[in-house]
Formats: sequence, C-alpha cells, structure tokens
Amino acid sequence: MNSVSFDTRTRHGATFSNVVLILVILFLFLPLFVIITYSFSASKSMEFTTFSLKWYTQLFFDSDELWSAFLNSAVIALSSAAVATVIASGAAIGIMWYRFKGRQYIQILSFLPMVLPEVIIGISMLIFFSAVRLPLGLITIFIAHTTFNLPFVYLLVTARLDEFDISTVEAARDLGANEAQSLVKVVIPSILPGMLSGFLMAVTMSLEDFVITFFVSGPGSTTLPLYVYSMIRYGVSPVINALSFVLILSIMLIAFAMRRFLKTIAASS
Amino acid sequence: MKNVSRSYGTFKALDDVSIEIRKGEFFSLLGPSGCGKTTLLRSIAGFDTPDEGVIELDGRNIIPYPPEKRLVNTVFQSYALFPHLNVFENIAFPLRLKKEKESSVRDKVAQYLKLVQLSGHEHKKPAMLSGGQKQRVAIARALINEPSVLLLDEPLSALDAKLRQSLLVELDQIHDKIGITFIYVTHDQSEALSVSDRIAVMNEGKVLQTGTPYEIYESPATDFVARFIGETNLFPATVVSCVPFEQTHMSTLQVDALGSVIRVTDDDYLEAGTHVSFTVRPEKLKITSHPPLTVSKDINLFSGIVDEPIYSGFQSKYYVALACGTIIKVIQQHATYMDEGPAINWKDSVFVSWSAEDGYIVEVIDR
Repeated sequence: MNSVSFDTRTRHGATFSNVVLILVILFLFLPLFVIITYSFSASKSMEFTTFSLKWYTQLFFDSDELWSAFLNSAVIALSSAAVATVIASGAAIGIMWYRFKGRQYIQILSFLPMVLPEVIIGISMLIFFSAVRLPLGLITIFIAHTTFNLPFVYLLVTARLDEFDISTVEAARDLGANEAQSLVKVVIPSILPGMLSGFLMAVTMSLEDFVITFFVSGPGSTTLPLYVYSMIRYGVSPVINALSFVLILSIMLIAFAMRRFLKTIAASS
Repeated sequence: MKNVSRSYGTFKALDDVSIEIRKGEFFSLLGPSGCGKTTLLRSIAGFDTPDEGVIELDGRNIIPYPPEKRLVNTVFQSYALFPHLNVFENIAFPLRLKKEKESSVRDKVAQYLKLVQLSGHEHKKPAMLSGGQKQRVAIARALINEPSVLLLDEPLSALDAKLRQSLLVELDQIHDKIGITFIYVTHDQSEALSVSDRIAVMNEGKVLQTGTPYEIYESPATDFVARFIGETNLFPATVVSCVPFEQTHMSTLQVDALGSVIRVTDDDYLEAGTHVSFTVRPEKLKITSHPPLTVSKDINLFSGIVDEPIYSGFQSKYYVALACGTIIKVIQQHATYMDEGPAINWKDSVFVSWSAEDGYIVEVIDR
C-alpha cells in the first residue's frame, strides 16, 4: 500500500510542476508568439486575416533607414565590445598580477556602472560630452557603450581568472618564458573562454541598449532600438513584427552556435 | 648560498642562511611549514628576492637574473601544468620557447616521457591525468631544459601515501640516472631521510643543522632537530661528573624528569654543573617483563607500568609510565612470530633499559 500511495503522490507532483512549467513558458513567450503571428498577417491592424509575407518584403527591400540604423548598431556593438574586452581583460589580469595600493577600491569602482540606473549614466555622459564639447554621434555612443560594457566583461574574465592557477605563470617563467611570453602563451589561452563570453555579452548589451544611447546619440547616429522606438510613435508598423521575428531567429541561432563553440573550448582546456 | 636573509615586514622568513650544496647531490630542505624552506627555494628559482646575501650557482651570483635566465627548473607542489596544452606540448613548452626544430622536439619529449614512464599519454590533457601522472609530466617538463639544478617544492604532498612512496623511489632513480643536483623541499622527515644525500633542517628562518640523514637522526644538533626527526625521548639534564671512557667520555647526568642519574657517553668533556639536553630514541630502549639478570655499570634501568601499548603489526610502541610519573616511549620490533600476541600488555609492570652508548647529549644549553 505504501508504495502505491508513494507512486500517486509523485505522479501528482509531476502533473503540478508540468502545469507550472507550461504557464511560465506561456507567460514568457506568448507575447513573442503574438508578434510572430501578426508578422505573417496581411492586415495592418492587430488581427490575423490572411497569410502574407509582404511585411518581410518591405523589411528587406524597402526599409533603408532601418538597415542603416542596424548597421550603426552592429558597428557600435562589435567595436565597443572588442575594445571593452581588451580593456577589461587587461584590467582583470593586471589586478590579479600586481599587488598595489587601492587594488580593492578599483574593483568596487569598476562595478559602479553595473549598479547605477541607466538614466543617471546616460545623463552624466551627456553632460560630460557637452562639457568637453564632443559632438554627439557614433563616437559618443561608442564611448558610452564601451564604458557600460567594461564591468560585465571584467566580471566574466575575473570569474575565469579565479580558477586560474597563478603558479602556471611561475612555471612558464621558470621554463624560460619572459613576462610577455607567459602572458600570451599561458594566461590568455586560459582565460580565453571568459574573454569570449564577455565579448558576446557586451555585443548583446550594446545591441539592445536604449536608455543610454538615447541620451548620447546625435543626428545621423540612430541605432536600431532608437529607430524602432521612433517608428512606434507613429503607430506599430507590422514591419517591426517582421523585424522582431528575424531578430529572435538570428539571436537564437547565434546563441546556439556560441554555446557549442564555448563548449568545445571548455572541453579542450 | 651565503648569508641569505629575507623579511616580510617584521617576520624574518630567512635569517642569515648559509648552505653549500654540492654538484649532483640530492639535497633536502626539511622543516615545518613556515620555516622558510619554500622561501629559500623560491629565492633560488628567482620568484623571490632576498634582502641580503648571495646565491651562487657554479660560482656566479644568480640573484640579479630573472627566473627565465637561471639554469634551474622547478617542480611545483600544485603541478602547475598548462591546462590548455596536452602532455606533449606541456613538456615541449621550454623547447618551443627556444624555437627548437620539430624533429629534435619530438625526440627529446619522447626521451623524457620515457624517463618518467608516461609514453603513450602524449595527447592527453592534464585534466585527464591522475595526480601522480601530472607530477610526472611536471618533472619531465622541468628536466627537458637540462638545468644544473632541479628544485622540487613538496612535489609529493598532494598524493596519497602509497603513491608518494613509489614516486619518491622513482625520483631517486631519476636522480641517479641524470646526475644533476636536486634540491628537495619537504616537511616530511621520512621522505627526506630516505632519499637525501644530505639534509638541512630549518626552523624559523634558520638552518639548525646540515648533514647526512644518519648524522641528523643519530646526532641531532638541537632539541628541535631531535624532536622533529623521528621520535625521541628528550629531557633536560645537568652534568654531575664526566670521566674518560675508552675513546670517549662517560658522563653521569642528573635527570630531574627521571628522578635519578643516568650514564651516557659523549665525545666531548663536559664540566660538572653544565646544563644539557639528553635524548634517547625509542627503538634503542629495551622493554622486558623481568629485570635483566646482570646489570652492568653502563646500563640505565628503570621500572614502570605500560600506560598505552600501540600495536602496528611490524612493531609495538609502548608509552611507559615510570615510577616518578614521567612517560617514556619505547618501540619494539616484532622480529619473531607471535602466536599469542604481544607478551607485554596494558598495565603490565615492565623494565626499560638502555646502554650508555645509545643515549646522546643534544645541546649544551649553556657553556
């Protein structure tokens, strides 16, 4: 009897958690499904009439402004992520490598951009750029994005460095490598997965940033989120639905590819 | 090395250390943790710079040189293998830095893999190796540069006891085969005793004694050395009298802890009234249930009760409480077959004796 009642209870529990799981998934993804459905609708209003690909045609062949905004976004995302990765990795390695006064304060300071409200960062950047008379545009967005990306990359690289055995650097020196060689041949290969995931994180953060970009962008430097926002002010165009689906699809593909890539790197180290 | 000192703040990690290590020697730096042995090793490797003194290698002071320019290589306690490289590339690392030809890299790596008995594991990553295998890779990697001196920083401390023994013997064989100087840092006195040509015993940044394992065990220079190496019975004592005896001197010591006088032979003449330390190793004591039939003048004899017998197969250790209350350690080897178990048991009345020649006067506390 005991085993029977035990069985029913687990089955009961399993049903309950399945229901919760489905509810959570619905809650998270239903809005996306709605957008995807509407993107294939011929109607311009929010209802599904007949199947049509006309919004996709419009997206790919008749949305020059959108694509130039996307190009801006891509250029800024890749460049700011790359620069942030180099600076943050250098900082993480330096803070681990050298013992100096104020080491822990640098660590605390570097996390500030992560915890400060984006509005404050945006306003302070705007005031700073106008104080140094730097005209707002792609350059200011690039600087702003690099800045707010630094702590994220730093965090990921530091996490990797925590597992790093500092005695391997001593071993490299001992075996004939100078300081630079031990950095290139031992330290960087060991933290490469951390650097790569930091870079990807930075690309994503930069691509999706709206608030800070809103403050520091100027004429002709519209990024994709800014462009989408400006489009919505004139009513939601179904082109945006189509764009959303394209973005969701490509981000999922990239995420899966990167996951596999990072796994192979992790397996090899 | 001469007069090497190193301080961290007010803490003296190395205090005026001078050691001369001979070419080709298996030399051990032995001491408890924090005694300065690792600091000394790191100073030789170049990871730490002494405040004072010189470290000479083949007559040349190496202190101004960075680690990569010194003809010494290190085997680290934590192995310090490069996790992103396989066994082959780990061992080939120093050769790649020197941009050696691929064919010679292959030959040398194969040769050293064979030396450490790891042929066939070339393509494994360090994460796939056992602790013992990792340490073998580290040894091969440290030897492939053909250094003048190999430094070993507690290389076996992360391994289990059985493996430690076999790898230690292997290290000794490698040392015999390639003939370079080994400087071996350890806190394990049995490791140091079993493989070293000579040992320096260190404590609190100072070298207390340098000598062969035999010298250090049988003739410890200080109380600390006597206690740290093996087990011993050590008592403060006062010289009552000292007379010539055969080629040496026979001293009579008043030992308060034993509540009586004992006799011990020593090379030096000791003034009556001198305060000394007296030691006798537990395995040199005899433990019997009956008093010896004849008691010669140079036998020290005490009676007591077995307070704690510890049987460990090949031997038994007895803590014997003497009449005066002092506990004395006795180790008895079980050289013969015992059908009924050990003849001496808990609470038995026993007699403990040793000859005057088996005792040793450790340290003349004031002279």
